[in-house]
Order: sequence, then C-alpha cells, then structure tokens
Amino acid sequence: MSIMVSNNHTKEEIAMRDAYCQTLIELAKEDPRIVAVDADVMNSMGTVPFQKAFPERSINCGIQEANMIGVAAGLSATGLIPFAHTFGVFATRRVFDQVFVSCSYAKLNVKIVGGDPGITAAFNGGTHMPLEDMGIMRSIPEMTIIEPTDAVMMKDITRKIASMYGVFYIRSARKNVVKVYGEGSTFEIGKAVFLREGTEATIIASGILVDESLKAAEILAAQGISVRVLNMFTIKPIDKEAIIRAAKETGAIVTAENHNIVNGLGSAVAEVLVENALAPLERIGSQDLFGEVGPEEYLKERFQMTAVDIAEKVKKVIARKGSDIP
Amino acid sequence: MVMDEQKIKELKILAQRIRIYALHEFKSIGFGHIGGSMSIAELLAVLYGSNMKFNPRKPDWDGRDWLVLSKGHSGPGLYAALAWAGFFPLEELKTLNQPKTRLPSHCDRNLTPGIDMTTGSLGQGISTALGIALGHRMQRKENYVYLILGDGECNEGQIWEGVQFAAHWKIDNMITFVDANKKQLDGYTKDINDLTGLADKFACFGWYSQNVDGHDVEQIFLAIAKAKMEKGRPSVIVLNTVKGKDCCFAESIFLNHHMVISPEMADEAIKKLEEAITACECQIRNE
Repeated sequence: MSIMVSNNHTKEEIAMRDAYCQTLIELAKEDPRIVAVDADVMNSMGTVPFQKAFPERSINCGIQEANMIGVAAGLSATGLIPFAHTFGVFATRRVFDQVFVSCSYAKLNVKIVGGDPGITAAFNGGTHMPLEDMGIMRSIPEMTIIEPTDAVMMKDITRKIASMYGVFYIRSARKNVVKVYGEGSTFEIGKAVFLREGTEATIIASGILVDESLKAAEILAAQGISVRVLNMFTIKPIDKEAIIRAAKETGAIVTAENHNIVNGLGSAVAEVLVENALAPLERIGSQDLFGEVGPEEYLKERFQMTAVDIAEKVKKVIARKGSDIP
Repeated sequence: MVMDEQKIKELKILAQRIRIYALHEFKSIGFGHIGGSMSIAELLAVLYGSNMKFNPRKPDWDGRDWLVLSKGHSGPGLYAALAWAGFFPLEELKTLNQPKTRLPSHCDRNLTPGIDMTTGSLGQGISTALGIALGHRMQRKENYVYLILGDGECNEGQIWEGVQFAAHWKIDNMITFVDANKKQLDGYTKDINDLTGLADKFACFGWYSQNVDGHDVEQIFLAIAKAKMEKGRPSVIVLNTVKGKDCCFAESIFLNHHMVISPEMADEAIKKLEEAITACECQIRNE
C-alpha cells in the first residue's frame, strides 16, 4: 500500500468507466485469458473500447443478465478470466441466484462490475438505484466486494483483482467522481485507508461519500472537533482491525455509504463493533428507502448523505459516548 | 452410419447397469430423485459407453469432452455412469448424501471426480455450458460439451436466454439433450406448463432439432452423429422418455420426481433389472 492523498473536492478529468476499461485493455494485452462479457449496456459501462481492441474476446450477450453470468462462469471453468459488466441493480438483484450458484458456490473465477451505485443512477431513478447491492453480495460466502473511490484506485484494484482467484463484485460510478488519491497510489484489498487522523470520532466511508466525509471533517475541525476518516473501500472482507482501533482510539463511529443503511457498510461495521469493541454508531445512507429520480446533488440532500448531514451525525454520536454502553 | 448390433446390446445392458448402480445409491440413503435419474440411463450409456472422450484417472484431462447436467438433481444417475466408467470406486456410491460425501444430491464440480459443472438451480446449466463451449472455441480446442436439460426445466426463462445466445453465436461444439419425460415435480408438464412441440420451439430459434426415442440407444447414437455434422448452428436432441423408466416401483407412480424407498423396494427393482441384463446377455451369446 502506498497512498498519496490529493483531494480538493474537485472532480477528476477521467471517468471511472474509462479508467477501468483502459486498465482492462492493458491487462488483456499482457494476459490472453482476460475476456469481457456484457449485457447490452457496453456503451454505458464504457467497455466498447475493449471490444474494439479485442473483438474475439468480447461477448455482448444482449439483454440477458442471467445468461451472461452463467456464460462468465463457463468461460472461467475453461481457464479464462472473465470480467462481466452491467448496471449494479442487474449485476446483483436480478442475478443473485446465478452469481450464487454458478459463480460462488461453484468456486469459479469471475469479476462482476456493477455500474451506477446508489444515487449515482440519478435520472434512471428508483428501479436502477442499487441501494442494496452491497447487502446482497455480502451474504454470499467468499465474495470480495470493492467500491473504488476514484479513477486512481480503480486502475490499481482492477489490476490487482485480475490476478486474484475468486468472485469479485466491483461497485463503481460510471462517470467522473471527485479525486481523492494522487497518481500512482496503490492499495491493499481488505485494508482500509487512513485518510485523516482524528481523536473524537471516526467516519468510515466508501465511494462518493468519502469526499463528503472529508468535507465533513473540515466542517467539524472548524468547530474544534477532531475526526478520523477511514476509506473502507473493501466492504467484504472488511478491515476489522481498523474498525476496532477506531472504536478503541476514538470511541464513536459514523458510517457513510451510498447505499441502504440496512445490510451494507454500516451493518458490516456494526457487526464488528458488537462482537469486538462496543462504541456508539450512527449510519449515514438511505434510511431504508426506495430510490427516486433526480440530479445527484438533490439526491444527496434527499437521502441525507451530504457533508453537513455527516457532520451532524458525528456530533450526535459523540454526544452518545458514555451514555448507552453498559 | 450404422451402429454395430453387438454395441447396441452392450449399451442397452450398460443402461440397465446404470439404473442398478443408481438404485444402490438410493437404497443406501433411503430416498432420492429417482424418476429423473432413471429416464436418462440410455443417454448416459451412449455418452459414457460410446461417445465421450474422457480419462477416469485424469478427470481434468485437457482433451476431454465436458458434460453439464443442467437438471442437476439427477446427479445420482450421472454418478452411476461415472462409477461404471471408473472415476471413483463403486463402493462410494453408497455414500450418496451422507455427511461429508463426495456425492451430493445436486452435481458439484468441487466434490465429485468427473463432474464438470455445479448445477442444481434449474435453468443455469445451459448458460454455463455455453460459456464452456465458447471458452473452448476461443482457445481453439476441439472438445465437445454435452448439455442435459429437463423438459420441466424448459419452463425457466434462462433456458431461452441460452437458446437465443447459442443460435446467435453459432455454438456448434455443444450438443444439447432434453430429457422429455413429460413430468415435473408436481405432475405432468402438460398440466402445469404445457411445452408442446419442444423440438419445434428450438428449431424456431435456429437450432437443428431432432426428436428420438430416449430409451433407444441406437437412435440416440445416430442423432448425436447427425448433430455433430451440423456446423454453424446449435443442435438439440429431444429424448422422448419415461420418468422412472424400468424401475419397477417408480415407473407407474404419478409423482416419482423424489421418492422415499425401502431397501426391499430397491432390491426388487434391482433384481428385475439384473434379470433384464441376463436376458440381454443370453441374446448376445446366442447370436
């Protein structure tokens, strides 16, 4: 792991899907086993350049996600390394049994990329908003779930997972996101990144809420409150040690996820706390609500995922210290 | 192309042998998916007794043909054929569904030597078989993949996703069979979800379709040969079968998808099958 933080709350020049596809093409040049499978959203997922570079290694199944997942599994059984792509809702909700039985239970080697996590689905609305995808995939044994924060991380983890065996779910925005990391940063899958040190509480965040959390920390610092910020980009297997340290060293936790507070990052952190190191916890995320249409900035307010919301939750959780732990 | 009379009889006997071995499995645990394991015995005899390239000492042999039993609950039928073929000792058949067994009710590629793909959730095997076929093609391998579907299984939408895909991608290194035993768990397919003209339905999607008597080893053998000659489009062989065929306690029972049985029932069925084999062998000797 080698991290350089480079965040001034502005978006990167490169879209997440382009960073991903460029990396996939580089990997495919190095390893002839890498293949791509898609389900008629290649233009949205940014995988058309891969098809152009490797037409004989790109399979667009059409609008049939269940078959796509099974085809990926079959390709894997013959020794190839398939990367499957579709929107997050179709990559998880729609094909849960196919991922479970044909990929995970069968112990095959399939990387599944789900685009447009949570509110980033924006104008596609509630049917297309995966606010439960982490929860779904978390319930599958031996699954690895990664939510890359920005293009720098996307490039690094795509490269890493290509050489790891197993079933991986990558949950990623498709377009440009706020830059958090400096070029050349490298990451360790399963290990949270310490983005900011602090003493009174810890915000554990993933995806687009990492930048919101950093903004929240600045708001709080201006009010004399010191908070640690962790980027928990690997939701499964979760970095238990980082959570326990946060509980013991800062005494209060806020989780921040672009996902339902049920079954996702917040629930995963709660599980660790309750079994290892009690600390009051507050969860930022969709409060068990369905999604709806709107621009991302509106949806952040609607679902109480803004930096201001996070800062308020931090103050709330700090106020709970000492009062509700037996 | 003709099949040698001697070979036909050998395969008929092998089919009955497979039924006997399957009954030993079911006898040991006292229950199982008997009907659908019995209906594929002739198909398994042709595949393992004649058609498929495999090496029981090297289940992962690179040059092998692959098999996906998409109707994975008929695993016990397939295990009988694998045991006969030498993938594991016959004795091991008695461990069906016992704790820590290598022979679970539904096919598991991580447990059983000779099982190429995990199945059990109906409708998924076709997709994995297509991935295997494409994987072979992409790696310029000549291996075939044989896919066995159930007719009830064809209720599942995913089957038809695969059917479209196979035609579009001109998958001709996969040979598909439908075990059309006209029943599913709750009764007759025609009463639950009537899939008339199954072969025609596949043909409409651009497949080369054949209908054969699923208990006639020669017809199955010839159909496979014809299917292999079809280049540029996928092939299906719809096997007209009877659920529970030649198992004296199962064949005439309406609901024979999964049955609880006594050792005596199994023994009686096995005895009748042994008698059928002896009769067939006598016939071979007298010719």
